[in-house]
Amino acid sequence: MLTLTDVRKTFNPGTINERKALNGVSLSLDDGDFVTIIGGNGAGKSTTLNAIAGVWPVDGGIIEINGKNVVGLPEHKRAAFIGRVFQDPMTGTAATMEIQENLALAKRRGQMRGLRWGITKKEREEYHELLKMLDLGLEDRMTSKVGLLSGGQRQALTLLMATLKKPDILLLDEHTAALDPKTAAKVLELSDKIIEENHLTAMMVTHNMAAAIKHGNRLIMMSNGRIIYDVKGEEKKKLTVDMLLQKFEEASGAKLDNDRMLLSKGDA
Amino acid sequence: MDILLGKLSQFASALPGNVSQGLIWGVLAIGVYITYKILDFADLTVDGSITTGGAVAVVLILHGVPVPVAMICSFLAGCLAGLATGLMNTLLGIPGILASILTQIALYSVNLAVMGQANLPVSVDKFPLFVSQRFTAVANGPQSVIFEMGKIILVVGLLIALLYWFFGTEYGFTIRATGCNANMARAQGINTKKSTLIALVLSNGIVGFAGGILAQYSGNVDVNMGRGAIVIGLAAVIIGDVLGRAIFGKHFNFVARLTFTAIGAIIYFLVLQIVMLTGLPSTFNKLFSAVIVAIFLAVPYIKKTSKNSYRRAARNSAKAKLLGAENSEEEGAVENADAD
Ligand SMILES: Nc1ncnc2c1ncn2[C@@H]1O[C@H](COP(=O)(O)OP(=O)(O)O)[C@@H](O)[C@H]1O
Ligand SMILES: [Mg+2]
Repeated sequence: MLTLTDVRKTFNPGTINERKALNGVSLSLDDGDFVTIIGGNGAGKSTTLNAIAGVWPVDGGIIEINGKNVVGLPEHKRAAFIGRVFQDPMTGTAATMEIQENLALAKRRGQMRGLRWGITKKEREEYHELLKMLDLGLEDRMTSKVGLLSGGQRQALTLLMATLKKPDILLLDEHTAALDPKTAAKVLELSDKIIEENHLTAMMVTHNMAAAIKHGNRLIMMSNGRIIYDVKGEEKKKLTVDMLLQKFEEASGAKLDNDRMLLSKGDA
Repeated sequence: MDILLGKLSQFASALPGNVSQGLIWGVLAIGVYITYKILDFADLTVDGSITTGGAVAVVLILHGVPVPVAMICSFLAGCLAGLATGLMNTLLGIPGILASILTQIALYSVNLAVMGQANLPVSVDKFPLFVSQRFTAVANGPQSVIFEMGKIILVVGLLIALLYWFFGTEYGFTIRATGCNANMARAQGINTKKSTLIALVLSNGIVGFAGGILAQYSGNVDVNMGRGAIVIGLAAVIIGDVLGRAIFGKHFNFVARLTFTAIGAIIYFLVLQIVMLTGLPSTFNKLFSAVIVAIFLAVPYIKKTSKNSYRRAARNSAKAKLLGAENSEEEGAVENADAD
């Protein structure tokens, strides 16, 4: 399904701002895997997802999606395989376009776009039904501009957009971090539901250790651009936050430097 | 009183000409709308591409090419100008505004080369021009004026209909998404470089087309015809936007936006005419356009900062101190919420 082999990325090489963000990341996901990713600030979590999505070219390594090496494909071409939700609710949607127009854009991810209508009547009906499922009342506001929505509504919509055309991989980068706890919980629940119902393969970065344990069937921990811990199945189910903290100190030889993570280790 | 009446009749007799000219510049402004409002790209190519369109149309007409063909060529010439800016921006990484300035400067030479001289007349007596200011003069009687203006209105109407269709297509959607949020567009599989390129090509094609009409209308093309064109285009876009918003509010849809862009151009020329009637020499034209655009661009900012300034914060907090701390907290929190 998705395999990373020794993926490397250095930002600003040869300058004083040089930063080795990925130091040989290898990872192999099976069909239907739901991986949660944790790690300190700057560990390379977002960079890993960006490398997969092709936001910039990697320096080395192989990234295979369904057995095809996608390293040479630019971001918009890789989008055919990938659905994404970002940390900032502003990033995932076009604010000046209508809710239904955003969905129509997402519906055509990975397809040739031509001079057919950008949205059809049939689609409108389909989106109406889908939006109903979100239970946010958006189905009655389909012609509203997305810019009028709250952060939580936008993230829910982005999630729907990312999965409207079934992606081979769904990448969620701290997509609930900018939301208030109640909304965050709702969006997380929705993510779970969508991933399960569509049998998606997903990677979710989170700073919430409890959430990382609770969700998905596999958990990886990153530090200094490497995967330092990888656990799945029964073993993952038995994890506790304290065990994770200990693991982190063991593997990285350092105290966890992510305040947000320490602060949020309690709640789920 | 007599003077006022005199001015008024002067204004009235110039009205058809000004409206016609406004409409032609409205075509250009609709082109500017595509880059400035939809693509969010400050494209100064316009100052060059309008003249290119005019030069191509006039030279071809003088060589006996049928007028409609010459007009299509003026569109294509504008497209090429947009392509140059677009390629510099997307392929060579030159910032948009700079890339467009480079094209604009380069076009000055290109336009001179096409024209062979700085000013090239084309007479409506010898060629079946699409429009001419000769026929929009009141002296020709209402029939001639209406026919001449009708043709320009038809062009504007057709253009708006075409753009309404185009921006409703899948491809039109990609341009809108690119202008609004390029990251999102790429995540949805849109080649943002390509959509940027297409938008610039389309916009400058329309501008070139406007140049072709304008040159015929005024009976000549001048190498300086486009100087400050972008400012007039922006003025039209902004005036139309402010006016349309005031009238339509939330229902200010795409067709209305384009229509009001053209109306904005007409208003611009009428206001200009009024200013000129006060006796201001026409050399102040450009100063006038710049001031208008500056004012309209500044209004949203001033409106925002007047509600959200440090001075106001100081005033509020001083007041609060006098009144006691309780109610100051709420107000302060709201005031500072979106300060940066
Ligand atoms: N586009 C970029 N340009 C330069 N440096 C970057 C870029 N993206 C990430 N980095 C750097 O790479 C390191 C890893 O960042 P990131 O993957 O965002 O961390 P996190 O694990 O917190 O998501 C950080 O030091 C960050 O500053
Ligand atoms: Mg991150």
